Amino acid sequence: MAEAQLAEKPVAATGAEVLTVKDLQAWYGESHILHGINFNVKAGEVVTLLGRNGAGKTTTLKSIMGVINKRAGSIRFDNKEIIRATSDKIARMGIAFCPEERGIFSSLDVKENLLLPPVVRPGGLPLDQIFTLFPNLKERLTSQGTKLSGGEQQMLAIARILRTGARFLMLDEPTEGLAPVIIQQIGHTIARLKSQGFTILLVEQNFRFASTVADRYYIVEHGKVIDGFANSELSANMDKLHTYLGV
Amino acid sequence: MQALYAQLLVGLINGSFYALLSLGLAVIFGMLNIINFAHGALYMMGAFVAYFLLNLGGINYWWALLIAPIVVGVFGMILERTMLQWLAGLDHLYGLLLTFGIALIVQGVFQNYFGSSGLPYSIPDQLKGGVNLGFMFLPVYRGWVVIFSLVVCLATWFLIEKTQLGAYLRAATENPTLVRAFGINVPRMITLTYGLGVGLAALAGVLSAPINQVRPLMGADLIIVVFAVVVIGGMGSIMGSIITGFALGVIEGLTKYFYPEASNTVVFVLMVVVLLVKPTGLTGRAA
Repeated sequence: MAEAQLAEKPVAATGAEVLTVKDLQAWYGESHILHGINFNVKAGEVVTLLGRNGAGKTTTLKSIMGVINKRAGSIRFDNKEIIRATSDKIARMGIAFCPEERGIFSSLDVKENLLLPPVVRPGGLPLDQIFTLFPNLKERLTSQGTKLSGGEQQMLAIARILRTGARFLMLDEPTEGLAPVIIQQIGHTIARLKSQGFTILLVEQNFRFASTVADRYYIVEHGKVIDGFANSELSANMDKLHTYLGV
Repeated sequence: MQALYAQLLVGLINGSFYALLSLGLAVIFGMLNIINFAHGALYMMGAFVAYFLLNLGGINYWWALLIAPIVVGVFGMILERTMLQWLAGLDHLYGLLLTFGIALIVQGVFQNYFGSSGLPYSIPDQLKGGVNLGFMFLPVYRGWVVIFSLVVCLATWFLIEKTQLGAYLRAATENPTLVRAFGINVPRMITLTYGLGVGLAALAGVLSAPINQVRPLMGADLIIVVFAVVVIGGMGSIMGSIITGFALGVIEGLTKYFYPEASNTVVFVLMVVVLLVKPTGLTGRAA
Protein backbone atom coordinates (compact mmCIF):
# COMPACT_ATOMS: atom_id res chain seq x y z
CA MET A 1 0.00 0.00 0.00
CA ALA A 2 2.62 2.45 1.11
CA GLU A 3 4.68 1.44 -1.92
CA ALA A 4 1.87 2.43 -4.21
CA GLN A 5 1.63 5.78 -2.48
CA LEU A 6 5.32 6.31 -2.98
CA ALA A 7 5.14 5.66 -6.68
CA GLU A 8 2.07 7.79 -7.17
CA LYS A 9 3.55 11.23 -7.00
CA PRO A 10 6.17 11.66 -9.71
CA VAL A 11 7.45 15.20 -9.61
CA ALA A 12 9.65 16.26 -12.49
CA ALA A 13 12.47 18.74 -12.12
CA THR A 14 10.83 22.15 -12.26
CA GLY A 15 13.94 23.84 -13.49
CA ALA A 16 14.05 26.51 -10.78
CA GLU A 17 17.43 26.76 -9.08
CA VAL A 18 17.13 25.86 -5.40
CA LEU A 19 20.82 26.03 -4.65
CA THR A 20 23.31 28.41 -6.24
CA VAL A 21 26.91 28.31 -5.09
CA LYS A 22 29.19 31.10 -6.29
CA ASP A 23 32.90 31.49 -5.66
CA LEU A 24 32.70 29.45 -2.46
CA GLN A 25 35.91 29.47 -0.45
CA ALA A 26 36.47 27.56 2.78
CA TRP A 27 39.24 27.01 5.27
CA TYR A 28 40.06 24.40 7.91
CA GLY A 29 41.95 26.51 10.39
CA GLU A 30 44.73 28.03 8.30
CA SER A 31 44.54 25.65 5.37
CA HIS A 32 42.61 26.94 2.42
CA ILE A 33 40.53 24.03 1.06
CA LEU A 34 37.98 25.48 -1.36
CA HIS A 35 39.24 28.03 -3.89
CA GLY A 36 36.09 29.17 -5.61
CA ILE A 37 33.39 26.52 -6.09
CA ASN A 38 30.63 27.35 -8.60
CA PHE A 39 27.62 25.17 -9.33
CA ASN A 40 23.87 25.00 -9.01
CA VAL A 41 21.14 22.48 -8.27
CA LYS A 42 17.61 22.72 -9.67
CA ALA A 43 14.48 21.56 -7.92
CA GLY A 44 13.90 17.82 -8.25
CA GLU A 45 17.36 17.02 -9.60
CA VAL A 46 19.97 14.57 -8.43
CA VAL A 47 23.33 16.28 -8.85
CA THR A 48 26.57 14.46 -8.14
CA LEU A 49 29.92 15.95 -7.23
CA LEU A 50 32.72 13.73 -8.53
CA GLY A 51 36.41 14.03 -7.86
CA ARG A 52 39.42 12.40 -6.30
CA ASN A 53 40.03 12.03 -2.59
CA GLY A 54 40.79 15.36 -0.99
CA ALA A 55 39.44 17.41 -3.91
CA GLY A 56 37.01 19.30 -1.64
CA LYS A 57 33.68 17.52 -2.23
CA THR A 58 32.92 16.82 1.42
CA THR A 59 34.12 20.28 2.39
CA THR A 60 31.67 21.71 -0.15
CA LEU A 61 28.76 19.87 1.48
CA LYS A 62 29.90 20.88 4.95
CA SER A 63 30.21 24.50 3.86
CA ILE A 64 26.66 24.48 2.51
CA MET A 65 25.49 22.94 5.81
CA GLY A 66 27.32 25.66 7.72
CA VAL A 67 29.46 23.35 9.84
CA ILE A 68 32.68 24.89 8.48
CA ASN A 69 33.11 28.18 10.25
CA LYS A 70 35.47 29.97 7.95
CA ARG A 71 33.85 30.33 4.56
CA ALA A 72 33.36 33.08 1.96
CA GLY A 73 31.58 33.65 -1.33
CA SER A 74 27.89 33.09 -1.85
CA ILE A 75 25.52 30.19 -1.17
CA ARG A 76 21.91 30.92 -2.06
CA PHE A 77 19.22 28.45 -1.03
CA ASP A 78 15.58 29.13 -1.92
CA ASN A 79 16.68 32.64 -2.93
CA LYS A 80 18.16 33.41 0.46
CA GLU A 81 21.82 33.99 1.16
CA ILE A 82 23.04 31.45 3.76
CA ILE A 83 26.81 31.94 3.69
CA ARG A 84 26.72 33.54 7.13
CA ALA A 85 23.94 31.44 8.69
CA THR A 86 24.66 28.94 11.49
CA SER A 87 24.07 25.28 10.75
CA ASP A 88 20.94 25.00 12.93
CA LYS A 89 19.34 27.86 10.97
CA ILE A 90 20.34 26.27 7.67
CA ALA A 91 18.80 22.96 8.74
CA ARG A 92 15.58 24.77 9.65
CA MET A 93 15.41 26.20 6.12
CA GLY A 94 15.06 22.67 4.78
CA ILE A 95 18.52 21.31 4.04
CA ALA A 96 19.37 17.91 5.53
CA PHE A 97 22.79 16.32 5.65
CA CYS A 98 23.87 12.69 5.80
CA PRO A 99 27.58 12.73 6.65
CA GLU A 100 30.18 10.37 5.22
CA GLU A 101 30.91 8.84 8.64
CA ARG A 102 27.12 8.40 9.02
CA GLY A 103 27.05 9.93 12.50
CA ILE A 104 24.98 7.27 14.26
CA PHE A 105 24.91 7.99 17.98
CA SER A 106 26.07 5.14 20.20
CA SER A 107 24.32 6.43 23.32
CA LEU A 108 20.96 6.36 21.49
CA ASP A 109 19.04 3.31 20.34
CA VAL A 110 17.85 2.97 16.74
CA LYS A 111 14.48 4.53 17.46
CA GLU A 112 16.01 7.50 19.26
CA ASN A 113 18.48 7.95 16.40
CA LEU A 114 15.64 7.85 13.91
CA LEU A 115 13.54 10.39 15.82
CA LEU A 116 16.44 12.67 16.73
CA PRO A 117 16.39 15.28 13.96
CA PRO A 118 13.50 17.64 14.68
CA VAL A 119 10.78 18.12 12.08
CA VAL A 120 11.61 21.45 10.45
CA ARG A 121 8.57 21.73 8.19
CA PRO A 122 5.54 19.67 7.21
CA GLY A 123 5.78 17.15 4.39
CA GLY A 124 8.34 14.70 5.76
CA LEU A 125 7.88 10.99 5.18
CA PRO A 126 5.76 9.30 7.84
CA LEU A 127 7.39 6.43 9.73
CA ASP A 128 5.46 3.69 7.92
CA GLN A 129 6.82 4.89 4.58
CA ILE A 130 10.32 5.00 6.02
CA PHE A 131 9.93 1.40 7.19
CA THR A 132 8.72 0.43 3.71
CA LEU A 133 11.93 1.84 2.30
CA PHE A 134 14.10 0.31 5.02
CA PRO A 135 12.36 -2.75 6.49
CA ASN A 136 15.50 -3.78 8.40
CA LEU A 137 15.24 -0.76 10.68
CA LYS A 138 11.81 -1.67 11.93
CA GLU A 139 13.13 -4.92 13.37
CA ARG A 140 16.04 -3.27 15.16
CA LEU A 141 14.38 -0.29 16.82
CA THR A 142 15.61 -1.11 20.33
CA SER A 143 19.19 -1.97 19.35
CA GLN A 144 21.98 0.42 20.19
CA GLY A 145 22.56 2.61 17.13
CA THR A 146 26.16 1.59 16.55
CA LYS A 147 25.39 -2.13 16.90
CA LEU A 148 23.82 -2.10 13.43
CA SER A 149 25.76 -3.34 10.42
CA GLY A 150 27.41 -0.75 8.20
CA GLY A 151 24.62 -0.99 5.65
CA GLU A 152 21.90 -0.65 8.29
CA GLN A 153 23.68 2.34 9.80
CA GLN A 154 23.74 3.98 6.38
CA MET A 155 20.02 3.30 5.96
CA LEU A 156 19.37 4.77 9.41
CA ALA A 157 21.44 7.84 8.56
CA ILE A 158 19.35 8.42 5.43
CA ALA A 159 16.05 7.43 7.06
CA ARG A 160 16.30 9.92 9.89
CA ILE A 161 16.61 12.92 7.58
CA LEU A 162 13.56 11.89 5.54
CA ARG A 163 11.21 12.50 8.47
CA THR A 164 12.17 16.13 8.93
CA GLY A 165 10.34 17.67 6.00
CA ALA A 166 13.59 18.89 4.45
CA ARG A 167 13.29 18.57 0.66
CA PHE A 168 16.96 19.15 -0.12
CA LEU A 169 19.17 16.23 0.87
CA MET A 170 22.95 16.12 0.83
CA LEU A 171 24.36 12.60 0.90
CA ASP A 172 28.10 12.20 1.36
CA GLU A 173 29.32 8.92 -0.15
CA PRO A 174 26.35 6.83 0.91
CA THR A 175 27.73 3.66 -0.73
CA GLU A 176 31.21 3.75 0.77
CA GLY A 177 32.29 0.36 2.07
CA LEU A 178 28.94 -1.35 1.49
CA ALA A 179 28.07 -4.65 -0.17
CA PRO A 180 26.71 -4.49 -3.76
CA VAL A 181 23.22 -5.63 -2.74
CA ILE A 182 22.96 -2.78 -0.22
CA ILE A 183 24.35 -0.28 -2.70
CA GLN A 184 21.57 -1.37 -5.02
CA GLN A 185 18.98 -0.80 -2.28
CA ILE A 186 20.32 2.69 -1.65
CA GLY A 187 20.18 3.36 -5.39
CA HIS A 188 16.51 2.36 -5.46
CA THR A 189 15.86 4.61 -2.47
CA ILE A 190 17.45 7.61 -4.15
CA ALA A 191 15.43 6.97 -7.31
CA ARG A 192 12.21 6.83 -5.27
CA LEU A 193 13.04 9.96 -3.34
CA LYS A 194 13.67 11.70 -6.63
CA SER A 195 10.32 10.56 -7.96
CA GLN A 196 8.75 12.04 -4.84
CA GLY A 197 10.24 15.41 -5.62
CA PHE A 198 13.23 15.44 -3.29
CA THR A 199 16.27 17.33 -4.56
CA ILE A 200 19.52 15.50 -3.89
CA LEU A 201 23.12 16.62 -3.89
CA LEU A 202 25.33 13.55 -3.88
CA VAL A 203 29.03 13.14 -3.33
CA GLU A 204 30.37 9.90 -4.76
CA GLN A 205 33.64 8.12 -5.47
CA ASN A 206 31.68 5.22 -6.93
CA PHE A 207 31.13 6.60 -10.38
CA ARG A 208 29.28 3.53 -11.62
CA PHE A 209 26.73 3.96 -8.82
CA ALA A 210 26.39 7.68 -9.46
CA SER A 211 25.64 7.10 -13.13
CA THR A 212 22.54 5.07 -12.18
CA VAL A 213 20.91 7.93 -10.26
CA ALA A 214 22.38 11.29 -11.28
CA ASP A 215 20.91 13.90 -13.67
CA ARG A 216 24.06 16.00 -13.78
CA TYR A 217 27.68 15.87 -12.66
CA TYR A 218 30.23 18.39 -11.55
CA ILE A 219 33.91 17.57 -11.34
CA VAL A 220 35.75 18.97 -8.33
CA GLU A 221 39.53 19.25 -8.35
CA HIS A 222 41.85 21.13 -6.00
CA GLY A 223 38.96 22.98 -4.41
CA LYS A 224 37.37 24.14 -7.68
CA VAL A 225 34.64 22.94 -9.98
CA ILE A 226 36.49 22.34 -13.25
CA ASP A 227 33.81 20.75 -15.41
CA GLY A 228 30.18 19.74 -15.51
CA PHE A 229 27.85 17.79 -17.78
CA ALA A 230 24.47 16.09 -17.90
CA ASN A 231 23.93 12.35 -17.65
CA SER A 232 22.94 12.30 -21.34
CA GLU A 233 26.40 13.62 -22.25
CA LEU A 234 28.08 10.93 -20.20
CA SER A 235 29.35 8.69 -22.98
CA ALA A 236 30.77 11.65 -24.87
CA ASN A 237 32.68 12.68 -21.76
CA MET A 238 33.97 9.28 -20.69
CA ASP A 239 37.57 9.90 -21.76
CA LYS A 240 37.74 13.23 -19.94
CA LEU A 241 36.17 11.65 -16.90
CA HIS A 242 38.81 8.92 -16.78
CA THR A 243 41.49 11.58 -16.83
CA TYR A 244 39.84 13.59 -14.07
CA LEU A 245 39.22 10.69 -11.77
CA GLY A 246 42.30 8.73 -12.69
CA VAL A 247 40.40 5.48 -12.95
CA MET B 1 23.35 -1.08 67.14
CA GLN B 2 21.63 2.28 67.61
CA ALA B 3 24.93 3.98 66.82
CA LEU B 4 25.37 1.94 63.67
CA TYR B 5 21.96 2.95 62.34
CA ALA B 6 22.63 6.55 63.24
CA GLN B 7 25.89 6.49 61.27
CA LEU B 8 24.15 4.80 58.37
CA LEU B 9 21.61 7.62 58.32
CA VAL B 10 24.37 10.25 58.37
CA GLY B 11 25.97 8.33 55.54
CA LEU B 12 22.76 8.37 53.52
CA ILE B 13 22.37 12.12 54.10
CA ASN B 14 25.92 12.81 52.96
CA GLY B 15 25.36 10.40 50.11
CA SER B 16 22.34 12.46 49.02
CA PHE B 17 24.50 15.55 48.72
CA TYR B 18 27.28 13.62 46.98
CA ALA B 19 24.75 12.21 44.51
CA LEU B 20 23.09 15.56 43.71
CA LEU B 21 26.44 17.28 43.29
CA SER B 22 28.23 14.56 41.33
CA LEU B 23 25.17 14.18 39.09
CA GLY B 24 25.39 17.88 38.18
CA LEU B 25 29.13 17.57 37.60
CA ALA B 26 28.58 14.57 35.33
CA VAL B 27 25.91 16.35 33.26
CA ILE B 28 28.08 19.45 32.91
CA PHE B 29 31.18 17.45 32.05
CA GLY B 30 29.29 15.51 29.40
CA MET B 31 27.98 18.56 27.56
CA LEU B 32 30.58 21.26 28.21
CA ASN B 33 33.66 19.11 28.73
CA ILE B 34 34.37 21.26 31.75
CA ILE B 35 35.31 20.06 35.21
CA ASN B 36 33.21 22.51 37.15
CA PHE B 37 35.26 23.48 40.18
CA ALA B 38 32.77 26.26 40.94
CA HIS B 39 30.23 23.58 41.89
CA GLY B 40 30.89 23.84 45.63
CA ALA B 41 30.59 27.62 45.59
CA LEU B 42 27.29 27.39 43.72
CA TYR B 43 26.03 24.82 46.24
CA MET B 44 26.89 27.34 48.96
CA MET B 45 25.08 30.08 47.04
CA GLY B 46 21.97 27.90 47.01
CA ALA B 47 22.02 27.74 50.80
CA PHE B 48 22.60 31.50 51.04
CA VAL B 49 19.74 32.28 48.67
CA ALA B 50 17.47 30.22 50.95
CA TYR B 51 18.82 32.16 53.94
CA PHE B 52 18.24 35.55 52.28
CA LEU B 53 14.76 34.56 51.13
CA LEU B 54 13.79 33.64 54.68
CA ASN B 55 15.46 36.48 56.55
CA LEU B 56 15.02 39.35 54.10
CA GLY B 57 11.85 38.36 52.30
CA GLY B 58 10.10 36.09 54.77
CA ILE B 59 9.88 33.48 52.03
CA ASN B 60 9.83 29.99 53.47
CA TYR B 61 11.81 26.80 52.86
CA TRP B 62 9.38 25.31 50.37
CA TRP B 63 9.60 28.29 48.05
CA ALA B 64 13.36 28.34 48.55
CA LEU B 65 13.55 24.77 47.17
CA LEU B 66 12.12 26.18 43.94
CA ILE B 67 13.56 29.70 43.83
CA ALA B 68 17.17 29.07 44.91
CA PRO B 69 17.96 26.60 42.09
CA ILE B 70 16.44 29.03 39.58
CA VAL B 71 18.37 32.05 40.89
CA VAL B 72 21.67 30.17 41.08
CA GLY B 73 20.92 28.43 37.77
CA VAL B 74 20.50 31.82 36.08
CA PHE B 75 23.74 33.02 37.69
CA GLY B 76 25.42 29.88 36.29
CA MET B 77 24.00 30.50 32.82
CA ILE B 78 25.41 34.03 32.89
CA LEU B 79 28.82 32.58 33.80
CA GLU B 80 28.51 30.14 30.91
CA ARG B 81 27.52 32.80 28.36
CA THR B 82 30.11 35.36 29.44
CA MET B 83 33.08 33.11 30.23
CA LEU B 84 32.86 29.34 29.95
CA GLN B 85 31.61 29.28 26.35
CA TRP B 86 34.93 30.72 25.13
CA LEU B 87 36.76 27.66 26.46
CA ALA B 88 34.99 25.22 24.13
CA GLY B 89 37.54 23.06 22.37
CA LEU B 90 40.40 23.91 24.72
CA ASP B 91 42.10 21.55 27.16
CA HIS B 92 40.22 20.57 30.36
CA LEU B 93 42.79 22.47 32.35
CA TYR B 94 41.49 25.87 31.21
CA GLY B 95 37.95 25.15 32.37
CA LEU B 96 39.23 23.75 35.63
CA LEU B 97 41.35 26.84 36.32
CA LEU B 98 38.62 29.28 35.34
CA THR B 99 35.93 27.62 37.46
CA PHE B 100 38.39 27.26 40.34
CA GLY B 101 39.02 31.00 40.13
CA ILE B 102 35.28 31.70 40.05
CA ALA B 103 34.85 29.52 43.15
CA LEU B 104 37.54 31.44 45.02
CA ILE B 105 36.03 34.81 44.08
CA VAL B 106 32.48 33.81 45.05
CA GLN B 107 33.60 32.28 48.33
CA GLY B 108 35.83 35.27 49.06
CA VAL B 109 32.97 37.71 48.56
CA PHE B 110 30.69 35.75 50.88
CA GLN B 111 33.42 35.36 53.47
CA ASN B 112 34.03 39.10 53.37
CA TYR B 113 30.43 39.80 54.32
CA PHE B 114 29.52 36.82 56.46
CA GLY B 115 32.79 35.62 58.00
CA SER B 116 33.47 31.93 58.34
CA SER B 117 31.03 30.92 61.03
CA GLY B 118 27.67 29.39 60.27
CA LEU B 119 24.34 31.19 60.02
CA PRO B 120 21.38 29.28 61.41
CA TYR B 121 18.56 28.10 59.19
CA SER B 122 15.82 26.31 61.02
CA ILE B 123 14.01 23.20 59.91
CA PRO B 124 10.57 24.04 58.50
CA ASP B 125 7.73 23.33 60.93
CA GLN B 126 6.22 20.56 58.82
CA LEU B 127 9.46 18.56 58.98
CA LYS B 128 10.31 19.03 62.65
CA GLY B 129 10.39 16.17 65.11
CA GLY B 130 11.10 12.55 64.53
CA VAL B 131 9.71 9.08 64.23
CA ASN B 132 10.62 6.11 66.37
CA LEU B 133 11.16 3.25 63.94
CA GLY B 134 11.66 0.73 66.74
CA PHE B 135 15.29 0.05 65.92
CA MET B 136 16.20 3.73 65.73
CA PHE B 137 14.93 7.31 66.04
CA LEU B 138 14.58 8.99 62.62
CA PRO B 139 14.48 12.79 62.51
CA VAL B 140 11.82 13.63 59.91
CA TYR B 141 13.93 16.25 58.16
CA ARG B 142 16.75 13.81 57.53
CA GLY B 143 14.40 11.22 56.13
CA TRP B 144 12.94 13.92 53.88
CA VAL B 145 16.39 14.91 52.54
CA VAL B 146 17.25 11.33 51.60
CA ILE B 147 13.93 10.62 49.89
CA PHE B 148 13.65 13.98 48.13
CA SER B 149 17.23 13.76 46.85
CA LEU B 150 16.60 10.27 45.55
CA VAL B 151 13.47 11.44 43.72
CA VAL B 152 15.29 14.41 42.17
CA CYS B 153 18.20 12.19 41.10
CA LEU B 154 15.88 9.65 39.50
CA ALA B 155 13.86 12.39 37.79
CA THR B 156 17.07 13.80 36.33
CA TRP B 157 18.08 10.33 35.18
CA PHE B 158 14.67 9.89 33.54
CA LEU B 159 14.93 13.29 31.83
CA ILE B 160 18.31 12.46 30.34
CA GLU B 161 17.90 8.77 29.51
CA LYS B 162 14.24 8.51 28.54
CA THR B 163 12.97 11.74 26.97
CA GLN B 164 13.44 13.42 23.60
CA LEU B 165 15.18 16.36 25.27
CA GLY B 166 17.54 13.87 26.91
CA ALA B 167 18.19 12.26 23.52
CA TYR B 168 19.27 15.67 22.17
CA LEU B 169 21.52 16.04 25.17
CA ARG B 170 23.12 12.62 24.83
CA ALA B 171 23.55 13.06 21.08
CA ALA B 172 25.07 16.52 21.51
CA THR B 173 27.48 15.08 24.08
CA GLU B 174 28.72 12.70 21.37
CA ASN B 175 28.68 14.95 18.32
CA PRO B 176 27.51 18.55 18.86
CA THR B 177 28.33 19.60 15.30
CA LEU B 178 26.01 17.05 13.74
CA VAL B 179 23.19 17.68 16.22
CA ARG B 180 23.39 21.36 15.37
CA ALA B 181 23.29 20.51 11.67
CA PHE B 182 19.95 18.80 12.34
CA GLY B 183 18.52 22.15 13.37
CA ILE B 184 18.99 22.14 17.13
CA ASN B 185 20.38 25.23 18.80
CA VAL B 186 23.23 23.47 20.57
CA PRO B 187 24.84 26.54 22.18
CA ARG B 188 21.53 27.35 23.89
CA MET B 189 21.22 23.74 25.01
CA ILE B 190 24.72 23.89 26.51
CA THR B 191 23.80 27.00 28.47
CA LEU B 192 20.62 25.35 29.80
CA THR B 193 22.56 22.20 30.70
CA TYR B 194 24.99 24.23 32.77
CA GLY B 195 22.01 25.90 34.41
CA LEU B 196 20.51 22.48 35.19
CA GLY B 197 23.72 21.10 36.72
CA VAL B 198 24.24 24.25 38.76
CA GLY B 199 20.59 24.26 39.82
CA LEU B 200 21.01 20.74 41.23
CA ALA B 201 23.96 22.00 43.29
CA ALA B 202 21.88 24.91 44.59
CA LEU B 203 19.06 22.52 45.48
CA ALA B 204 21.51 20.43 47.50
CA GLY B 205 22.58 23.66 49.21
CA VAL B 206 19.01 24.45 50.27
CA LEU B 207 18.52 20.89 51.55
CA SER B 208 21.69 21.08 53.60
CA ALA B 209 21.01 24.52 55.14
CA PRO B 210 18.95 23.23 58.11
CA ILE B 211 21.41 20.38 58.77
CA ASN B 212 24.84 21.95 58.31
CA GLN B 213 24.09 25.67 58.76
CA VAL B 214 24.85 28.24 56.08
CA ARG B 215 28.59 28.94 55.73
CA PRO B 216 30.66 30.56 52.96
CA LEU B 217 33.06 27.61 52.93
CA MET B 218 30.46 24.84 53.20
CA GLY B 219 30.94 24.00 49.53
CA ALA B 220 34.72 24.15 49.58
CA ASP B 221 34.80 21.44 52.26
CA LEU B 222 32.32 19.22 50.45
CA ILE B 223 33.49 19.56 46.87
CA ILE B 224 36.81 17.80 47.44
CA VAL B 225 34.99 14.66 48.56
CA VAL B 226 32.52 15.03 45.69
CA PHE B 227 35.37 15.09 43.17
CA ALA B 228 36.69 11.88 44.71
CA VAL B 229 33.17 10.44 44.30
CA VAL B 230 33.14 11.48 40.66
CA VAL B 231 36.55 9.95 40.04
CA ILE B 232 35.41 6.68 41.63
CA GLY B 233 32.11 6.58 39.78
CA GLY B 234 33.45 7.73 36.44
CA MET B 235 32.44 10.87 34.59
CA GLY B 236 30.36 9.41 31.81
CA SER B 237 27.39 7.82 33.49
CA ILE B 238 24.33 9.45 35.04
CA MET B 239 23.11 6.42 36.98
CA GLY B 240 26.70 5.65 37.92
CA SER B 241 27.16 9.01 39.63
CA ILE B 242 23.88 8.65 41.54
CA ILE B 243 24.67 5.16 42.82
CA THR B 244 28.29 6.00 43.61
CA GLY B 245 27.18 9.11 45.51
CA PHE B 246 24.81 7.25 47.80
CA ALA B 247 27.10 4.22 48.14
CA LEU B 248 30.11 6.25 49.19
CA GLY B 249 28.05 8.17 51.73
CA VAL B 250 27.03 4.86 53.27
CA ILE B 251 30.58 3.49 53.17
CA GLU B 252 31.75 6.64 54.96
CA GLY B 253 29.03 6.16 57.58
CA LEU B 254 29.97 2.52 58.14
CA THR B 255 33.62 3.49 58.48
CA LYS B 256 32.64 6.03 61.14
CA TYR B 257 31.12 3.19 63.12
CA PHE B 258 33.70 0.47 62.63
CA TYR B 259 36.91 2.48 62.37
CA PRO B 260 36.25 6.17 63.00
CA GLU B 261 39.90 7.16 62.48
CA ALA B 262 39.60 6.37 58.75
CA SER B 263 36.21 7.99 58.14
CA ASN B 264 37.64 11.14 56.57
CA THR B 265 40.05 9.29 54.33
CA VAL B 266 38.15 6.18 53.26
CA VAL B 267 36.76 7.87 50.14
CA PHE B 268 40.21 8.97 49.04
CA VAL B 269 41.68 5.53 49.70
CA LEU B 270 38.94 4.07 47.51
CA MET B 271 39.70 6.71 44.88
CA VAL B 272 43.36 5.68 44.77
CA VAL B 273 42.42 2.01 44.48
CA VAL B 274 39.94 2.70 41.67
CA LEU B 275 42.42 4.89 39.81
CA LEU B 276 45.00 2.12 39.99
CA VAL B 277 42.63 -0.65 38.91
CA LYS B 278 40.22 1.12 36.54
CA PRO B 279 41.34 4.67 35.72
CA THR B 280 38.07 5.59 33.94
CA GLY B 281 36.07 4.97 37.13
CA LEU B 282 33.66 2.17 37.95
CA THR B 283 31.03 3.15 35.37
CA GLY B 284 32.94 5.65 33.26
CA ARG B 285 33.79 5.61 29.60
CA ALA B 286 37.22 6.41 28.30
CA ALA B 287 37.64 10.16 27.99
